[in-house]
Amino acid sequence: MSTYHAPLADMQFVLHDLAGLSQVATLPGFEDATPDTVAAILEEAGRFATEVLDPLNASGDREGATLLPDGSVRTPAGFRDAYSRYAANGWNGLTKAVEFGGQGLPQVVATAVEEMWHASNMAFDLCPLLTQGAIDAIELCGNAEQKARYLPAMVSGKWTGTMNLTEPQAGSDLAAVRTRALPQADGSYRIHGQKIFITFGEHDYTENIIHLVLARTPDAPEGVKGISLFIVPKVLLNADGSLGDRNDVRCVSLEHKLGIHASPTAVLAYGDHGGAVGYLVGEENRGLEYMFVMMNLARFSVGMEGVGLSERAYQRAVAYARERVQGRPVGAERGAQEAPIIEHPDVRRMLMTMRAYTEAMRAIGYVTAAALDNARHAPSAKLRNEHQAFVDFMIPIVKGWCTEVAQEVTYLGVQVHGGMGFIEETGAAQHCRDARIITIYEGTTGIQANDLIGRKTARDGGAVARSVAKQIAQVAADCASAADPSLQAIGPRLGAACRALEGAIDWVVTSYGTDTRIAHAGAVPYLELWGLTAGAWQLARAALIAADRLRDRSGDAAFWSAKLATARYYAEAVLPQAAACAHAMADGSASALALATEQF
Amino acid sequence: MKILVSVKRVIDFNVKVRVRPDGTGVETANVKMSMNPFDEIAVEEAIRLKEKGIATEVIAVSCGGAACQETLRTALALGADRAILVLTDVELQPLAVAKLLRALVQKELPQIVLLGKQAIDDDANQTGQMLAALLDWPQATFASKVDVAGATATVKREVDGGLETVEVALPAVVTTDLRLNEPRYATLPNIMKAKKKPLDTLAPEALGVDVAPRLVTVKVTEPAKRKGGGRVADVKELVAKLRNEAKILS
Repeated sequence: MSTYHAPLADMQFVLHDLAGLSQVATLPGFEDATPDTVAAILEEAGRFATEVLDPLNASGDREGATLLPDGSVRTPAGFRDAYSRYAANGWNGLTKAVEFGGQGLPQVVATAVEEMWHASNMAFDLCPLLTQGAIDAIELCGNAEQKARYLPAMVSGKWTGTMNLTEPQAGSDLAAVRTRALPQADGSYRIHGQKIFITFGEHDYTENIIHLVLARTPDAPEGVKGISLFIVPKVLLNADGSLGDRNDVRCVSLEHKLGIHASPTAVLAYGDHGGAVGYLVGEENRGLEYMFVMMNLARFSVGMEGVGLSERAYQRAVAYARERVQGRPVGAERGAQEAPIIEHPDVRRMLMTMRAYTEAMRAIGYVTAAALDNARHAPSAKLRNEHQAFVDFMIPIVKGWCTEVAQEVTYLGVQVHGGMGFIEETGAAQHCRDARIITIYEGTTGIQANDLIGRKTARDGGAVARSVAKQIAQVAADCASAADPSLQAIGPRLGAACRALEGAIDWVVTSYGTDTRIAHAGAVPYLELWGLTAGAWQLARAALIAADRLRDRSGDAAFWSAKLATARYYAEAVLPQAAACAHAMADGSASALALATEQF
Repeated sequence: MKILVSVKRVIDFNVKVRVRPDGTGVETANVKMSMNPFDEIAVEEAIRLKEKGIATEVIAVSCGGAACQETLRTALALGADRAILVLTDVELQPLAVAKLLRALVQKELPQIVLLGKQAIDDDANQTGQMLAALLDWPQATFASKVDVAGATATVKREVDGGLETVEVALPAVVTTDLRLNEPRYATLPNIMKAKKKPLDTLAPEALGVDVAPRLVTVKVTEPAKRKGGGRVADVKELVAKLRNEAKILS
C-alpha cells in the first residue's frame, strides 16, 4: 500500500524559485513567512497529512457519511477526532486575520499546505475549505458585531461554515434562487426554502454550523440583482454569545455520490417550522456580489484539489509500479529475470505524464497564489491592480485546467495498476471517483471557459491575456538561446505554443464581438490551450533554474536533472496538444453548432 | 525545576540510507534530516512534566552544525522554552557530546537531563550513560514511564527480561525508550512562536571542552545482501539443514 508523503522538495522549490516566496515575505504583514518558518510549517503539515489524514482516506470512502433518523449526520470513523486535532493544532486559521485568532500567513503558504490536505484526504478538507470561504465572506462583508460574534469560533475551527447557493432549479444559474427571506421587526429575517448540494451542511464535528444562505427579500428585483446573503446559524446564539435554541434548519437527506463519500452533501430545509432566523450580511440585493468575492478563492482551491489528487495518484502509481513484478523488460536478454512494471517503457511514459502534469499544475497554482498575496498586500494600488488582473485571468485556468488534467492523471493512475486499478482495494480508483466532482462544483469547466473568453479576455480586448503571453514568449526565447540541449528542445516548442496562444487571443477578441455563440463553442479548447501553455511556461522557468544549478553544482543534482528532464518531456510530449486546441477552437467551433437541436 | 533535553539531528527515519562511494560514511548531502525519534520522545516527556507543573523550564540542547538550529526550532515549536546550540563542524562522538552536556549542566543546573536512549544514525546508546558517569549522577535508562515526586524519580525501564522499576534521586539522567509516550504534533501557533523564543549559540571552546574525535572510522560498507531462501520439503529436511549446513543444531 502506498503512503502519502508531501513532496516537500518540489513544494519548496516552487514556493521559493517560481512563486517568489521571499518577495511575498517582504509585503506588510507577511514578515513572519521566513524560509525556516515556512519549512517548519510544511514539515509539520506534511506529518499531519501522512499520519492522520491519509490513513482515513480509504476507510472514509468505504464507510461514507450517514444520516440518522433524528436528522443528525455521522461522519466516518476517525473523522471527528481528526477534525478536532486539525482545529486544535491551529491549521484552520493559517491565513486568517490575527485579530480573530488566525496566523495571517500568505495564501501561497496556505496553498502548499492545502495541497497536502487535498492529496491525503480531499473529502476531509472540504469542511475546512467551506468554513474558510464563509469566514472570508463574513470578514469582508459582515458588520463589526457579526465578525465579533462568529469569526473567532470559526477561525479556531470550533464552529464550521457552509455556503448555501444551489437549489433544485438554481444550479449554474443563481438568478433562479427562490429561497425567501422575510424581514422581522427586530431587524432579523425569517428564511424559508430548500438548499441542495450543501457540503458538510450537517455533521458531528462541532456544536454549531454557520450557514451562509442566498435568499430573496419580498420586494427584491428579479434575477441576480435581487439576491441577498444571510447568516443562518444551526444553533442560535444568546445575547452573551452562548448557544441557545436550535434554529429552524434541518438536514432532510444526504446525496448518494460517485466520490468524496466521507463528505456529507446535504439537502437542507429552512423554515419548515415557522422560519429559520437569519441575519443579513452587508446590504440587501448584493448577495451574489459578496459570494463572488469568496467564489474566486473557492475556485482557486478547487483547482488545487486537482493538483493534490494528481500528486496522490502519482505517488500511488509509482509505488505500485516499483512493486508489481510482471514480464521481462523489452530489450532485456533472453532468460532475464522478470522485472517490476516500472521497467516497461509504456508504464514509464504514463508515470512521466502524470509527473509532468502534476509539477506543471503545482507551479501554476503557487505562482497564482503569490500574485493573490500581492494583489491584497502590495504597497501601491498600481501593483495591487496589476497582480489582481493576473489573478483574475489565471483563476479560470487554474480551476478549469487543473481539474480537467486531474481526470487524466487519476485515470492514468488506475491504468498503471492494470486490473488491480479497477479493484477498489488498491485505492487508485478512489482518486478517479473523488476527482470527478472537481470539474463540476464551484462552476463547471464550461463556466470557467466562458469566464475566460468573456470577462477575462474579450472585455479588455485581450490586454491582460497578451501581457501574459508576452511573458511566456520571453521565457521561450530564454530557453531557445540557452546552451543546455534540454532547454534548446523546450524553447522552440514553447515558442510555437505561445504563437498559437496569441492567434487564439485574437480569434477570441474578434469573434466574441461578431459571433459570440461561436466564441463560446471554442471556449473550452481556448482554456485548455491556456492551461497547457501556462504549464509549459512554468516548467520552462523551472528548467532554466535547474540548468543553472546543475552548471553551478549547487544543491541536489538528482532533483535538478529530474526537473530538467520532466520539463523537456512536457514540452515534447504534452505541449503538442496546444496546437490541436488552437485548431479545434478556430476551425471546429462553427461545426460544433452545426446541428439543429432536434438533430441530437 | 529545570529540565535539559538534548536533541540530535539525524537522517530521517523514512530515508533509505546510502553509503558514500568512498566508504568514509553515509550520504547526508541533500538527504532529509529530522530530530532523532527517541529525542522527540524526550522532548515530549519534558513538556508533559512542565504541563503537570513539575518542571518550570525546558531547555533544548543540540550539538553540531548550524543546521541543528532547525532541530532546535522543532523542539521549541513542540513546547521547549529556550534552546542552546553548541556549534561545531567537528564529527561529534558520544563522549564529546557527554562532556558538552556536562558543561551545560554545570551552567544551567537542571534537575533532570532527558535524552533519547540512542540516536538512530549510529545507534551508539552511550551518551546518557557517559553523561551520568561524568556528572556522578544516578541514571535511569530506557525509560517507558517516568514519575517525578519531590526529589525522586520513579522510572520503569525496558530491559531484556521485561520491565524494571528503579527509583533515582534527583538530579539524574533519564534516557527514553520508544513506548514512553507518543510525541505530539507542533501546533501552527507554536511553530510561529518558536521563532521568537531564545536560541543561544556557543562554541565548544567556550565550554572548555575538547571535542576532537577519539575513535577513527576505518570503513563504512553496505550490509551483505541477503541471499535468496529455499524451500524444504518437510521438518526432517529442515532439521537436517540446520544441523549440517547452518550448523546451529548439534
